Amino acid sequence: MTIPNLSIAALKDRIESFSFKSLLFPLFGILAFILLWQVGASRVHTSLGEFPGPKVVYEQWTSLVAEHSNERIKEEKFYDRQEKRIADRQAKDPNYVGKIRNYTGKPTFFDQIFTSLYTVLAGFGLASLIAIPLGILIGLNSSVYSALNPIIQVFKPVSPLAWLPLVTMVVSATYVSDDPMFSKSFLTSMFTVTLCCMWPTLINTAVGVAAVEKDLLNVSKVLRLGWVTHVIKIVIPSAIPLMFTGLRLSLGIAWMVLIAAEMLAQNPGLGKFVWDEFQNGSSNSLGRIMVAVLMIGFIGFLLDRAMLMIQRFVSWDKTQVLR
Amino acid sequence: MATHLDISKVSIEFPTPKGSFKALDSVSLKIDKGEFVSLIGHSGCGKSTVLNIVAGLYDATEGGILLDGKEVKGPGPERAVVFQNHSLLPWLTSYQNVELAVKQVFKKTKTKKEMHDWIMHNLELVHMTHAADKRPDEISGGMKQRVGIARALAMEPSVLLMDEPFGALDALTRAHLQDSLMEIQKDLNNTVIMITHDVDEAVLLSDRIVMMTNGPEATIGEILHVDLERPRDRLALANDPKYVDYRAQVLTFLYEKQRKVVNA
Repeated sequence: MTIPNLSIAALKDRIESFSFKSLLFPLFGILAFILLWQVGASRVHTSLGEFPGPKVVYEQWTSLVAEHSNERIKEEKFYDRQEKRIADRQAKDPNYVGKIRNYTGKPTFFDQIFTSLYTVLAGFGLASLIAIPLGILIGLNSSVYSALNPIIQVFKPVSPLAWLPLVTMVVSATYVSDDPMFSKSFLTSMFTVTLCCMWPTLINTAVGVAAVEKDLLNVSKVLRLGWVTHVIKIVIPSAIPLMFTGLRLSLGIAWMVLIAAEMLAQNPGLGKFVWDEFQNGSSNSLGRIMVAVLMIGFIGFLLDRAMLMIQRFVSWDKTQVLR
Repeated sequence: MATHLDISKVSIEFPTPKGSFKALDSVSLKIDKGEFVSLIGHSGCGKSTVLNIVAGLYDATEGGILLDGKEVKGPGPERAVVFQNHSLLPWLTSYQNVELAVKQVFKKTKTKKEMHDWIMHNLELVHMTHAADKRPDEISGGMKQRVGIARALAMEPSVLLMDEPFGALDALTRAHLQDSLMEIQKDLNNTVIMITHDVDEAVLLSDRIVMMTNGPEATIGEILHVDLERPRDRLALANDPKYVDYRAQVLTFLYEKQRKVVNA
């Protein structure tokens, strides 16, 4: 076997300069945190027992994974039984049309994660669909800006919890359908997320649009670009960096708001999982809540990384340092 | 011959918190087709303002601009501008930057193929075909300015307006671009108004040098006809007594008659 073009020394160099150094400090940080956590947790005693340390949390994690796979097996068996029963009946009576009932088992931790994820993405998506065009409009036209600014400033700091009852009532009153495409709880969570997370995107887009370089505006004037071409070719590209700053802030807020809304409204999702465990009050509860806390943080981190990757892909300025 | 571009008694006032500020007072200048005119003066004398009024980016408070007998209102591609800081769209390649202008000006008169050829032709003029697919942050300052010139030329302007086009470049790059500009000018015979603060550049490139007095209420101080044979060669001219004399005249105007009063 030959080592192509790479001496041992060079390889060592690369390992040392790249992976080792870049991993050493984060690893050190994480280890120090786990140590502190273990030491600190053992000193806090609650009515539900000791505050969960890393070991307990890991145990709860494995038990949640096991619960999930058990639940999946149960579900599979449930459907198998139904299919078998229908097949049996049809063998006796060819005219029999069977109906498959939905499995109504308790949603597992991972089902709740999935629910929360698509709710947050739907709410964030809707918010972006509203905020980006509106932000462009506000940024381009100072009269529209003056008209909308007071409203934006007042609604921006509103907590999701204040919106929630109103959104719940409005959704219940207006979304009446015998065969609903979406569940009401989904819509309530989604609209609450939208209302709370659209503001950073809106404001940053507007600022980005208003801050287009004067020289570029002059170029547009000299070329007599039409309004649409002007917006597409000049305004939007130059607003993209700030737009993404807004989008990333919005997505972060969306994720935080969603968990709170789910807790308060008992809507399916990670928030409900946390609240249910809290109400449950077993000796496992705190450990499970801690698993959820870490999972919420980890997913929030992944969402932000995903936005960063999209930004890197979309941004024309590849030299810009994005973090 | 009828006047191609007539700048007629142009004055401009800007509103400021302390009342209006008169930047230009009654600037009049007639320019013939194919003429290369430089505006020179100390910074803050309003030479860029004159250019912006001709471009239509500012409106004159009094007076006006006639281009081929028609009054100029607002900006337009027939008065293309080469901006000091190239002003290329950073998210477009050199080709796309020129294309944006070409599509805007010729979308009804040229086919796709003709437009492509025209874009390449203009990049060729400024020797930038090799970097057609590069974005502005991938090319040097001089190259960016070349693309900026190509974009302006591609609009086939009646008047080409250049706002200190080489001001931000180092001396060697500037000399290269001046030579390129003279070559292009020989072929296309454009009407050009160029703002500069470089005396050598003004004498080398211009048919006429318009020297402006210091602001406020700046106006045209003197006009110098540069009667040097073209093509001009910077090395040969360096010791040419006529060139030296023209240079001295401009310097005298700038540093004796219109000595900048520095408020320390």
